[in-house]
Amino acid sequence: MAQMTMIQAITDALRTELKNDENVMIFGEDVGKNGGVFRATEGLQAEFGEERVFDTPLAESAIGGMAVGLAVEGFRPVPEIQFFGFVYEVMDAISGQLARLRYRSGGTQSAPVTIRAPFGGGVHTPELHADSLEGLMAQQPGLKVVIPSNPYDAKGLLISAIRDNDPVVYLEHMKLYRSFREEVPEEEYTVEIGKAAVKREGTDVTLIAYGAMVQASMKAAEELEKNNVSAEVIDLRTVSPIDLDTVLASVKKTGRVVVVQEAQRQAGVAAHLISEIQERAILHLDAPVMRVTAPDTVFAFSQAEEVWLPNHSDIVEKANEVINF
Amino acid sequence: MKRTLEGIEDQFEMFQILNEDGEVVNEEALPDLSDEELKELMHRMVYTRILDQRSIALNRQGRLGFYAPTAGQEASQLGTQFALEKEDFILPGYRDVPQLIWHGLPLYQAFLFSRGHFHGNQFPEGVNALSPAIIIGAQITQAAGVALGMKRRGKKAVAITYTGDGGTSQGDFYEGMNFAGAFEAPAIFVVQNNQFAISVPREKQTKAKTLAQKAVAVGINGIQVDGMDVLAVYAATKDARERAINGEGPTLIETLTYRYGPHTMAGDDPTRYRTEDMDSEWEKQDPLVRFRKYLEAKGLWSEEEENKVIDQAKEEIKAAIKQADAHPKMKVSDLINNMYEVLPSNLKEQLEVYKEKESK
Repeated sequence: MAQMTMIQAITDALRTELKNDENVMIFGEDVGKNGGVFRATEGLQAEFGEERVFDTPLAESAIGGMAVGLAVEGFRPVPEIQFFGFVYEVMDAISGQLARLRYRSGGTQSAPVTIRAPFGGGVHTPELHADSLEGLMAQQPGLKVVIPSNPYDAKGLLISAIRDNDPVVYLEHMKLYRSFREEVPEEEYTVEIGKAAVKREGTDVTLIAYGAMVQASMKAAEELEKNNVSAEVIDLRTVSPIDLDTVLASVKKTGRVVVVQEAQRQAGVAAHLISEIQERAILHLDAPVMRVTAPDTVFAFSQAEEVWLPNHSDIVEKANEVINF
Repeated sequence: MKRTLEGIEDQFEMFQILNEDGEVVNEEALPDLSDEELKELMHRMVYTRILDQRSIALNRQGRLGFYAPTAGQEASQLGTQFALEKEDFILPGYRDVPQLIWHGLPLYQAFLFSRGHFHGNQFPEGVNALSPAIIIGAQITQAAGVALGMKRRGKKAVAITYTGDGGTSQGDFYEGMNFAGAFEAPAIFVVQNNQFAISVPREKQTKAKTLAQKAVAVGINGIQVDGMDVLAVYAATKDARERAINGEGPTLIETLTYRYGPHTMAGDDPTRYRTEDMDSEWEKQDPLVRFRKYLEAKGLWSEEEENKVIDQAKEEIKAAIKQADAHPKMKVSDLINNMYEVLPSNLKEQLEVYKEKESK
């Protein structure tokens, strides 16, 4: 075991799969010699060579298109989109092409591609870096969308993503990269895609979150505890497909639910999840399922970021609303 | 002193071997093709012309669906494909079904593609190609990837991709060529400049005088070819292929051609944007007419020979339509099963719903 930050766990996963499978190929902007703008690919080009870890010209659409072509040739591409706000430049390659390859070819071709990208607020980036755009991805059939909240899951989920024979969008919250360390096994292991984790057991209210909002929810749960409210916290880990079994088991136990997302309120993962909950468990609910989200503006200019982003106090407030309904 | 570069287009003079009367105008460029190969090339052009005529008729009878007519473009389509080997990989646009057929796609599957049945895209083992791209330009960045993959695998093969004059305006066109160039990947980018992107004329796509010169900006080879001259198209593609597998990087080939028919059979009316004069000017340059003249002068082709091909084509088209008719109907449950290797819970649930519906 070693103490690792999330970014170290990600590098460790990439190294593990580069070693395991010679078809794994990592490419993107600045991922080679520079090791990525966050150093996620630090040292990998030196270790595995320029044919397997390499820089591309600066064009997201072609990075995505090239991943399709390499997949067709039997490779297992792991392209990086430098910041997920740049995904608009590569939407067709992801949603129009990668996600549809298996379907379009009647199952004769597949795209075992893992697209990695940093996102997430709280680090004062310029515009179009930090946006939570997982909802766009989750709406696309054919993709899986994974968002780890801690170093252990980050490694296990990334190894699963790379081994998956379908395309996975793997989103890394920038605020979590170096915010804490935890024990991460040095050997290889996987965390199953599509399985949520119960991070904290409770009986009065369920807080469902993913990414950086898991930590905020844990902090909220601690505060609620002080007022004798027992909160259960679920980390979705995968936002498409969503692990409804874990969610519904908790809903049936607590009868009260708050869904937390860093993304804006309109459309999105939380809205979808709430529909599923009310369709499948309405008679178990003692209050409407509520949401904690950012407001429906474009991602905040950095001076307003702290207020714009949901935080643990917002979650506590909403949990109390649900409990006192 | 001029501080800007001018006259790039002068370096892209149209490459031609046969003029419109079927006379050799460029003896030294004549490709090394045997009599049998020359006849096979003519066979394919005649066959494909008949296939186009029958496809249009079948579409009008409601027996085919989406169809983009090909007449006029046979030299561009089949001349490029004829220069390929089986292991080469084709990334076609939606008008490029003939290349897939001559690369090994069974005709009945091409018809199923037109009818909107996924079996049309289930290419048999060994047919190295993707199904036709609908998004203009997507296939160009993908070609860079396939080509890089081939290079990494040490294959002596190329990725060839097709688009039209309109496609050259897409950002992906530049990006794909630029990536392939930067990685010195064995790719061939074919632009069939048929003068119109649906209705928008070539002059409105770009201020560039030729489309071939777009190779200059990315530092790859570019050539403009008479796209009605199958020997010139073949020779240019053969050269490009050789350079690519020798590690000399990609080539952009612009073929000057014309589609006689509408953009697709879904209601396009070319009289809204083309004149009869223009149509007849291009028809004078017909690729079949000039190649036929060339072969007849060499004693390699006759009316009898041509009629044999026409009969064979009609026969095989009929049989392929029958085979397409007999193919099992597509079900939504099939589509669900083709979404992922392992179905997630939402689709598992939905699969049960559709299986139930389909069992009634």
